[in-house]
Amino acid sequence: MMQFVIPTAIPTRTIDAPNFSTSRFRAEREADWIAFDFLLTKLEKKGAKALTSDELLQLPLLYRATLSSLSIARATSLDKALLDHLEALSIRGYFLVYGVRESRWNRLRRFFLYDWPAAVRSVWKETLIIALVILLGALTSYSLVSSNPEWYFNFVDEEMSGGRDPRATAEYLQTTLGHGKAAAEKGESGLHVFATYLFTHNSRVSILSFALGFAFGVPTLMLEYYQGIGLGAMMAVFSAKGLGFDFGGWLFIHGTTELFAAALSGAAGLRIGTAVVFPGARGRLQAASAAGRTAGKVMVGVILMLFAAGLLEGFGRQLIADTMLRYAIGTLMLLFWLAYYYIPRREDVT
Amino acid sequence: MTAAANAKQRAAKAKKIRPFVTPEGVDLELRIASAGLRFGALLVDLILIALALFLFSLFMLWVGLASRSDVTVVVWMLGAFVLRTFWFVGFELGQRAATPGKRLMGIRVVARDGGRLTADAVVARNLIRELELFLPLMMLGAGASEDMVSGWIMLAGVLWSLTLSLFLLFNRDRMRMGDLIAGTWVVMAQRVKLDADIAVDAAGDAMLFTETELAVYGIFELQELEQVLRGRDPRAMREVADAIRAKIGRAIAEEDDVFLLSYYRQLKARLERKLLFGKRREDKYASD
Repeated sequence: MMQFVIPTAIPTRTIDAPNFSTSRFRAEREADWIAFDFLLTKLEKKGAKALTSDELLQLPLLYRATLSSLSIARATSLDKALLDHLEALSIRGYFLVYGVRESRWNRLRRFFLYDWPAAVRSVWKETLIIALVILLGALTSYSLVSSNPEWYFNFVDEEMSGGRDPRATAEYLQTTLGHGKAAAEKGESGLHVFATYLFTHNSRVSILSFALGFAFGVPTLMLEYYQGIGLGAMMAVFSAKGLGFDFGGWLFIHGTTELFAAALSGAAGLRIGTAVVFPGARGRLQAASAAGRTAGKVMVGVILMLFAAGLLEGFGRQLIADTMLRYAIGTLMLLFWLAYYYIPRREDVT
Repeated sequence: MTAAANAKQRAAKAKKIRPFVTPEGVDLELRIASAGLRFGALLVDLILIALALFLFSLFMLWVGLASRSDVTVVVWMLGAFVLRTFWFVGFELGQRAATPGKRLMGIRVVARDGGRLTADAVVARNLIRELELFLPLMMLGAGASEDMVSGWIMLAGVLWSLTLSLFLLFNRDRMRMGDLIAGTWVVMAQRVKLDADIAVDAAGDAMLFTETELAVYGIFELQELEQVLRGRDPRAMREVADAIRAKIGRAIAEEDDVFLLSYYRQLKARLERKLLFGKRREDKYASD
């Protein structure tokens, strides 16, 4: 049986002026709210370091006092201004008290040591699939262009190729690889501008390929396949003129990093796409958000990788003309990334 | 206003509220931010980005002219890229989880599961923004640059990409595509100043009302009256005072503010007393 517990009246008061009044409640608790508001403002503006140890101890107490005031006010008060204030204050307090995160430095350290490689490791299946798709695209266009050079013009934009097409002479093609006299005359000016341009452009393309993933991954697969097609067509043109090995070096020096990054961005997109289609035991929304968080980490890594690729492409490739050295650097980079991502390590405890 | 309209308004308000129970067991009742506020915040942010980019460009131009080196071009390109990509990420990782535009509109980003907002979620939701913002523009650009694409195909492309961008209009929780994937919500987080308690004013007991005179109104009317009193607009006070006088049949005998304050105070005391005994009268149409 429920029973109303009517608070025993304070003897001096009559019924007309009830001993519990919301005004009295407010007068008694108001100091706590003001103190809590003050602490929150300080915390927001200057961070946890600005609080003294006394204030830090006060924070959870004041937070709980405010929440309890909110409960009481909701049940007893009809003062809208008071209710709104307490609600806003509690929400603000909740996210500050429970949202306290580790320091920026710690977070950065954890990202590079554990989170980034772990996220990349966890999308290994998708990475493999995307790598195969790129390879398939390259093989398709390579075989088509090799058997009939006319196909080339279906695959590669005239402006993009800059004269690197089946009609070009072997000498011209060689210059585009950074060998011979013409290339040397072009000099080094503007290299860094070129590198930066490549970096920003490639980053946007990968962000797109990631972001398109939620459409069940189909646009991502198409985009990656298309990347492979352009690659294969170029390869066919150069190898037909006996420059396949040199072209490989030209591509390899930054290509291992850049294509790896492209494959990872596609894998991140694909992870989201598959999570939406096959959510498994979880709800679709929950699966999508879990996948999105993993993919978000991978994407930060992809942008960093593309930055490295841009540097290699803009500087390394233009300054280093020796094909063997180009291969060596490319291989080294590939080994570095593989080791960084896939060598097992002890997981972070936190 | 009728009883039905009142109920409808309350229902519309309740539809935006999402239960959010803290570990202490208090429901914070988060309110989902409206699409209009979201759009306003985005506009403010875009304007600020454009402004920052403009100032940055001017500065780099000045540096470039002075130093005659093309390193400034590199710095400019990198700076523009970082500004565009990480403006939203940087601000949303801060303590208030809101960009300047969002702060202005009084909204913030919150993890949907009630946990803390992690960096990867913020990154994911903002990289998707790239797509939502620029895909429709790209479709327009691609359609305009290629003559072979007919107007209809272009229209179809733009419409398709707009359904992605306007995804938040098609779900109850006003989630963008990016919110969906990052597991976040955008909720109201405006600050409310603690206004003075008008129920303890000295003028509150200037006149006394009978039980029947107080019985005509409910909580909704009480809170509207509170707003008028806090607004302190003499014309509004006169109108409301006249309406109440007509309703309870009192002649004009005293100042409007004295009358309203006394009435407010006694009505509030009466309704709160009832509230303590478990009776919540939503508005004047509800039974007393």
